[in-house]
Amino acid sequence: MSENIVDKVTQGDYKYGFVTDIETEIIPKGLNEDIVRLISQKKGEPEWLLEYRLKAYRHWCTLEMPKWAHLDIPEIDYQDIYYFAAPKSKPSPKSLDEVDPELLKTFDKLGIPLEEQKQLSGMAVDAVMDSVSVKTTYKENLAELGIIFCSFSEAVKDYPDLVKKYLGSAVSYADNFFAALNSAVFSDGSFVYIPKGVRCPMELSTYFRINAKNTGQFERTLIVADDDSYVSYLEGCTAPVRDESQLHAAIVELIAHDRAEIKYSTVQNWYPGDKDGKGGIYNFVTKRAICKGDSSKVSWTQVETGSAITWKYPSCVLQGDNSVGEFYSVAVTNNYQQADTGTKMIHLGKNTRSHIVSKGISAGHSQNSYRGLVKVSKNADGARNFSQCDSLLLGDKCGAHTFPYMDIKNDTAVVEHEATTSKINEDQIFYCNQRGISNEDAVGLIVNGYAKEVLNKLPMEFAVEAQKLLSVSLEGSVG
Amino acid sequence: MLEIKNLHANINGKEILKGINLTVRPGEVHAIMGPNGSGKSTLSSVLAGNPTFTVTEGEVNFYGKNLLELSPEDRSREGLFLSFQYPVEIPGVSMVNFMRTAVNEHRKYKGLDPMSASDFLKLMREKKELVELDNKLANRSVNEGFSGGEKKRNEIFQMAMLEPRLSILDETDSGLDIDALRIVASGVNKLKSKDNASIVITHYQRLLDYIVPDFVHVLYKGKIVKSAGRELALELEEKGYDWIKKELGE
Amino acid sequence: MEIEQSYIDIYKEFAPTLKANSAEVMNRNRDEAFARFEALGFPTQKMENYRYTDVRSRFAVNYGMNLRQVSCPLSPSDLVKCNVPGISTHLFFVVNDTFLSCPSATLARDMEELMEKGVLWGSLKEHAEKYPELVARYYGKAADVENDGLVAFNAAFAQDGFFLYVPKNVVIEKPVQLINVMHANVDMMANSRNLIILEDGAQAKFLVCAHTMDQVNFLCNRVTEVFVGKGASYEQYKLEQTNYKMNNFGSLFVKQEADSHVIVNESTLHNGFTRNNIRVDLDGEHADTLLCGMAIADKEEHVDNTTFINHNVPNCQSRELYKYVADDSSVGVFAGRVLVKEGAQKTEAYQSCKNICLTKDAHIYSKPQLEIYADDVKCSHGATTGQMDDTALFYMRARGISEKEAKMLLMLAFMDDVIEKISVEALRSKIRLLVEKRFRGELSKCSGCEICKE
Repeated sequence: MSENIVDKVTQGDYKYGFVTDIETEIIPKGLNEDIVRLISQKKGEPEWLLEYRLKAYRHWCTLEMPKWAHLDIPEIDYQDIYYFAAPKSKPSPKSLDEVDPELLKTFDKLGIPLEEQKQLSGMAVDAVMDSVSVKTTYKENLAELGIIFCSFSEAVKDYPDLVKKYLGSAVSYADNFFAALNSAVFSDGSFVYIPKGVRCPMELSTYFRINAKNTGQFERTLIVADDDSYVSYLEGCTAPVRDESQLHAAIVELIAHDRAEIKYSTVQNWYPGDKDGKGGIYNFVTKRAICKGDSSKVSWTQVETGSAITWKYPSCVLQGDNSVGEFYSVAVTNNYQQADTGTKMIHLGKNTRSHIVSKGISAGHSQNSYRGLVKVSKNADGARNFSQCDSLLLGDKCGAHTFPYMDIKNDTAVVEHEATTSKINEDQIFYCNQRGISNEDAVGLIVNGYAKEVLNKLPMEFAVEAQKLLSVSLEGSVG
Repeated sequence: MLEIKNLHANINGKEILKGINLTVRPGEVHAIMGPNGSGKSTLSSVLAGNPTFTVTEGEVNFYGKNLLELSPEDRSREGLFLSFQYPVEIPGVSMVNFMRTAVNEHRKYKGLDPMSASDFLKLMREKKELVELDNKLANRSVNEGFSGGEKKRNEIFQMAMLEPRLSILDETDSGLDIDALRIVASGVNKLKSKDNASIVITHYQRLLDYIVPDFVHVLYKGKIVKSAGRELALELEEKGYDWIKKELGE
Repeated sequence: MEIEQSYIDIYKEFAPTLKANSAEVMNRNRDEAFARFEALGFPTQKMENYRYTDVRSRFAVNYGMNLRQVSCPLSPSDLVKCNVPGISTHLFFVVNDTFLSCPSATLARDMEELMEKGVLWGSLKEHAEKYPELVARYYGKAADVENDGLVAFNAAFAQDGFFLYVPKNVVIEKPVQLINVMHANVDMMANSRNLIILEDGAQAKFLVCAHTMDQVNFLCNRVTEVFVGKGASYEQYKLEQTNYKMNNFGSLFVKQEADSHVIVNESTLHNGFTRNNIRVDLDGEHADTLLCGMAIADKEEHVDNTTFINHNVPNCQSRELYKYVADDSSVGVFAGRVLVKEGAQKTEAYQSCKNICLTKDAHIYSKPQLEIYADDVKCSHGATTGQMDDTALFYMRARGISEKEAKMLLMLAFMDDVIEKISVEALRSKIRLLVEKRFRGELSKCSGCEICKE
């Protein structure tokens, strides 16, 4: 197959690259204790939260950026970043009329209408721009069931006890460099609480948008599912095209109590940089779930197509007996993108099970790594894990790497890992060609087929979107 | 030789056998038939002592011993042989090594000295001919890479080697073409004597053309619902299992 | 750095003695290697390649070092009974870290014939003195002094070892056997160096056995460099069967040219603490490598096999197969890295690691890694940790085999595909027997390793 097809593919355009012209309130650049205090003050936070931030900040000062990932991360000047930017509008709008029309337009353009009547039924949305929640839909309907779905800031005001109880319980501020940074400066995010025995009737979703220049985005999501509850949660992200790279360091914490189930799906499409590797988001995210209760279940599904650099390992701590952790991932890298992503499954309880399916697709000059840890502790009798990690290579300038770690300390555990790396099958492409399908369409088909196992785990509306995204990200990358 | 009384067994709490009664005397051939899921294979597994099943009630007497108290290996050494529906592949363990270990453990149980290597190989050669088992198969790992027919012939070969008093043939005909079926059946028939007995578990009556039963039992929903002579198999063949269901008023 | 400091002091004080008792070629880069060790220190668990194995503390014992290369009061006749039954080998000994020369012994006829064809073998130190150009062309050219403190340490302290040179197209039929004997009445450390050169088209099989004669603490830090020429074929078998007081560090560096074949098979049946580093560089097209190994560990034993295969050029094949059975509170570690460089198209690399953990206190860490920078490749790895197959166990019991015996057979079968890969028939059956004895618990520690004893 000819080289120019590769070129064509790698020129797939990023269609969410526009900038919204809106007045933004920012605070001075740089990071120090005063900035942390200022952020806390701007948000009118209680003392305990400020203390938490300060503790995190002081801890962060003692840390160095981790270097173990298979990533080439340019030096980041943490004093050259704005740590708080918010679209200037009235604080927590009560109705849509109070939301700046520019913002509404932005989300409309992204395909996320905030007018409830325009939305796909069965999905409630929290729209976050530059780390500040713009609008949460269907809040009232959900409240009738006792479900709390609101911005993080509102939760701090309205449900301080819940936030206090669970904040940092899955991801401690001391967990890692980026978690400490986020814990010090996080600005907003989403909060979900599903009460005992409630099945959340609609998909909850947060849409994250970076808009302002030179700012970092530091949101955090906290989802608590009480006994016997169920929730499916979706996260989408985009950012404008800019020449400078921007930092995104988020935290997601999930807590599942007895027999509760949380499905967390991500379609990550931050701006990946241009075809020469200029610009793009640095996506350094800490996501962790605690399967606290017996027979609880958490399932992570992610489709990662964006960001210049991705560093993220959505993990499950399987603490309750019979709890289940799942990780389904498709990561696509093209041009000069780099991704080091995977999961950690920590088996602590008895008869805990985990299942990992990771599909990496690399094209262009990109580097795509799977990094995963399966750990079975001494008392985790009957633990089972199966991991399948496949890499597909499109082109001879890219790299695909697999770094699984298996730490087994129990004689009743069964842990299996399989990985394959191969080139896209030319026979399959030829077969498609012979049936009249173009190379590009054939690659789209084959890649989607390859990723199907994971895409099937996404909620319907997202799956369709993700499929399109895969084809766009790889447009023309047939080697 | 074998007396089963009110046998109940379950798997993961789900009751499969709900009170089986059956008596087998030396020299007899019993056929157990029944629709899928009626508990036929469970019965053979329970008799052989497969630990996945739990016996909750009833007793099984085998030559005066309480079979249910014996470990699977002791049941084998007492002369109970199960021809598996799905013979297990054991990579890395050669057939020769596997069989020699089994034969010598049986001998040890009877207080006999282990067989010498040359006697053993002679015995293997002899018995292999019975089921026309390829020489090469004996040098391979147990069942690994065997075709369906080869696996079943291998089961009958092992039966010949171990000379059991009671053989349970669990769906030995499944997956066999007519030639393989004939070879397997003739092997079984050659091993038949007035001192041993067989229980033939099958879904179809086809096998019973070759291995002629003295008694036919119909197993349905975990119980033997009908017992008769050979003619029952033919009747079933003609009328199907629905006939039994109807007769039971379902 | 206290642990390192005592060795640094020794080097500073005794460097002249060290050098005086070694060869000039080996001394050339000794000071640089020492400086590198001073900078690196011993590996720590913070290093990715050593995260499961604490090397450093192993050096904390106050070991004796035979810097003056005083020869040991052992004659080859005490040891000559060390032989694998059924095969004869060309036999050599390294006692502690010194090649045991036996001027009185008359050479076998076939050895003489091979030497007439240009084969050189024996003491590395002597050969480095006699053939400085030949040895200098290869010595230190494969070993990674730059990044690994253990290798730097060896390069600073090693004074002798075994040397084998096989000229173009010469085939050594019989295996060349090297027995590393540790013999001392005080805690003793040995740093020896082996250099093996196969010219184009040459063939050799190398069998290494480790052997302890005394119940004191031993530490061996041995480095072996192997150069395999075009179309040459090299096989290396290593058997560790020593005792709980033995700490064995082995670093093997293999460089392969086009169309060459290499097999490395390392078995650890008994050893207190084992760390094997293997690095293979595939530098010529159509070369192939097979690395395999097994470890059976119990009590407090620790076995770590860390491998690194570099596919530098297209069209090469590498396969890896490692198997572990860990009992009691032993620890098994496997870390295998396969690197496919940009442009190394048509690479085939397969890696497999299978483990059985027998108790709650036994730990198994496995870390297979693929790093691939070329697209037209077929690479895969698999790793499993679990127990024996229950259905197979039941099947065997249903045939009258006792549970204990059935488990034994399954464990033997589990190891069998590693044993199968030994091409020397007599060695294969001997190792199979040893593994069975080991599983039956009949094989206690070494007081003259089993394979060599008869």
